[in-house]
Amino acid sequence: MINLEIPGKFQQLVDQAHQAAAEFFRPNSRKYDQAEHTYPKELDMLAALLDGLSAAGGGAGAGGVRRGSDDSGKGNKNGANLRLLLGTIEMCWGDVGLLLSMPRQGLGNAAIGSVATDEQLARYQGKWAAMAITEPDTGSDSGAIRTTAVLDGDHYVLNGEKIFVTAGERADCVVVWATLDRSLGKAAIKSFVVDRDTPGFELVRLEHKLGIRASDTAHFRLDNVRVHKDNLLGSPEINTEQGFAGVMQTFDNTRPLVAAMAVGVARAALEETRRILEESGVAIDYDRPAFAQSAAAATFLQLEADWEAAYLLSLEAAWMADNRKPNSLQASMAKAKAGRSASDITLRCVELTGSLGYSENSLLEKWARDSKILDIFEGTQQIQQLIVARRLLGKSSSELK
Amino acid sequence: MVANEGAGGRVPRRDAMGSALAVLNRLAGTAVLDRFGLRKPVERGVYGATRTGFGAVGAASRTFAATQRLTKPQRLPAAADRGQFDLTPDDEQQLIRSTVVEFAAEQLRPLAAEADTACTAPAGLLAKATELGVTLVGVPEQLGGLGTERSAVTGVLVAEAMAHGDMGLAVACLAPSAVSTALVLWGDEQQQATYLPAFVGDDVPAAALAVQEPRALFDPFTLHTKAYRTAGGFVLDGVKSLVPRAAQAELFIVAADLDGRGPALFVVESSTAGVGVESEPAMGLRAAGMGRLRLDQVALPATALLGEGSSAVYAECVRLSRIAWCALAVGTAQAVLDYVIPYVNDRVAFGEPVSHRQGVAFKVADIGIELEGMRLLTYRAASRAEQGKSYAREAGLARRLCAEKGMLIGNDGVQLLGGHGFVKEHPVERWYRDLRAIGLVEGSVLV
Repeated sequence: MINLEIPGKFQQLVDQAHQAAAEFFRPNSRKYDQAEHTYPKELDMLAALLDGLSAAGGGAGAGGVRRGSDDSGKGNKNGANLRLLLGTIEMCWGDVGLLLSMPRQGLGNAAIGSVATDEQLARYQGKWAAMAITEPDTGSDSGAIRTTAVLDGDHYVLNGEKIFVTAGERADCVVVWATLDRSLGKAAIKSFVVDRDTPGFELVRLEHKLGIRASDTAHFRLDNVRVHKDNLLGSPEINTEQGFAGVMQTFDNTRPLVAAMAVGVARAALEETRRILEESGVAIDYDRPAFAQSAAAATFLQLEADWEAAYLLSLEAAWMADNRKPNSLQASMAKAKAGRSASDITLRCVELTGSLGYSENSLLEKWARDSKILDIFEGTQQIQQLIVARRLLGKSSSELK
Repeated sequence: MVANEGAGGRVPRRDAMGSALAVLNRLAGTAVLDRFGLRKPVERGVYGATRTGFGAVGAASRTFAATQRLTKPQRLPAAADRGQFDLTPDDEQQLIRSTVVEFAAEQLRPLAAEADTACTAPAGLLAKATELGVTLVGVPEQLGGLGTERSAVTGVLVAEAMAHGDMGLAVACLAPSAVSTALVLWGDEQQQATYLPAFVGDDVPAAALAVQEPRALFDPFTLHTKAYRTAGGFVLDGVKSLVPRAAQAELFIVAADLDGRGPALFVVESSTAGVGVESEPAMGLRAAGMGRLRLDQVALPATALLGEGSSAVYAECVRLSRIAWCALAVGTAQAVLDYVIPYVNDRVAFGEPVSHRQGVAFKVADIGIELEGMRLLTYRAASRAEQGKSYAREAGLARRLCAEKGMLIGNDGVQLLGGHGFVKEHPVERWYRDLRAIGLVEGSVLV
């Protein structure tokens, strides 16, 4: 039965996440935007609270969803993926940068949650895991990474350089992508959990950024870093048939979450803009044709329509994951639509609200800076378009480059 | 030209060249050229042919009379609150959809080009659409239909599937059910008893929901068609635009401003004195046989007013109609995507399929992305409507998105085929014209 409303059983979670966002994130939003690289200590208490909720089955962060969880019974399911997505939207309505700084809610946790063995999952329970894919010479082309992992007895020895590691400084460990054999291409790329205090794992610096300044972005050098072979996530075998699928599978879970972040921050901007417009005497009417209203109202309607599409595409991707339908296409569609819409919406909201929105007295200008990264990380807009195009056209990555 | 003048600023005065052009134009318009065989007959154009082919008065209608007595109007109950997010149609909907998909592919698509040129839907096709029973789903069982609960989503799935065949023919096929759905939703017991039996019979009358008016920035909540109360009922006066199957329609539901207090809906039989139609072929949707409906001091009985003239009823009518147009846009946009994919994969340029170029491939990706968004917004609005939830916001946003992205998809569809998209050998130019209608049309279809 077609229904696109959120089930009532998730309402409590949404309410809790919203209050956390309103009471913890919003009051600290500007503070940590200005004090870049300062640890938001308020989050420790919130994280403890969330851990409690999580134990009660109501977690509200980017903790990752395990394949096969919530997999009981037949029929339509609204499960962990949808729940996590809704929590993420609410938290990012509060602040994207602070959500990315939430202890134990890193993208590395999502990776562990998605592909780790049960033993590994138990071992990293309660740890905060960051994710290190990008290198100075490798962005979207993650198949071209140069960081190497060489087996030496019971250990892998890692060498290379990693940049743009979100929460890299604060995390307990980092999931590092490295190749076992560069000549074997993408299939040889594996992910390794590296504890932050491992000798040779050196923090080079933290970046200064356009937005999400509350979140630290680290640059690491790996100089003969030895990690136990049990720290390799998934299978150590190089399966050229399966290719990249193992590590890329993580993206099917994390991309809808990044879409959710975009949906959250864009909603914040729309709500605030609407409030300001209404104070200025501009009413938004859903019944009257947009062109029979003011240009500001017409623009707002267009933005909200784009927002609604991003929101529903995100829900669709999560719903498919909950029902174990392959969702790579929908995950990329959601990420593409939400990423570009969030930039467009937040930037236009600044234009609509004039100097009120552009000034640091309001958070609108901050949201317009924060949103930009969401159209870049976890696969840029153009990467999502490539993935969608290949799927729709039935093309391989060698045909459609 | 003065540099600082914008569009619409200064109109150049006619000079010698302008005068010569004007004379040449008049010459080109005379019949002399034709008499000497200087112009191919086809150039006379379909437009003139269809224009004269239309009657000046409304179609003669059957006698609508109540054959059964109803003690109260029959309504379909709201669908149950589903509780869970779900994008899977139920079994009945899947069955209906696959039937309509087949009908659209086998009956609508092959006839679309010809119907577009002829500005009318073949009668045989409309009879087949009746046999399909799409009208029956929205009519309660007590009134001879098949409906057991409100089914706006089913209506959306039907419209979407039909428009995948052809939007113009879909509008022609669905126009009568807009009237029957309106009667089910808002008709009183007498209106239902009088008109609905015809819609569940074998010979479903052509009928149309007329909301649109011919003017720029048309707002369906500010109507120029006027209705006045009289001792015996009402008098209607005004012009309605883009009314499907206007020449054949035996029954209209007409939106008019009642006594200056806001819009209301009226049931108008086409044989009523003062009802006139003229053809109004447009850029697209031509197979729907669009026409203008002229209401010249049309006297109606007191029983003609639908839904007691409630503004809530009228707003609902506008919203449900917009959702139906969104569904049509989704179906046609899907047709565009399904057509361009094999085309760009087969078309070779510079030694490889053009789809291997990001400039082409990304346009296809964006069609896919925006189309899915259009579909989800449309489903959400319809699903909220049938569950009795508020849906003004969702219907309004769906319309905005479908208007904007539908047009974009039509535009990109033609672009991806290049010159081949511009010629009528391929259907994409027709979809381009049809998709431009979304966002400007009101009324005509209803879910």
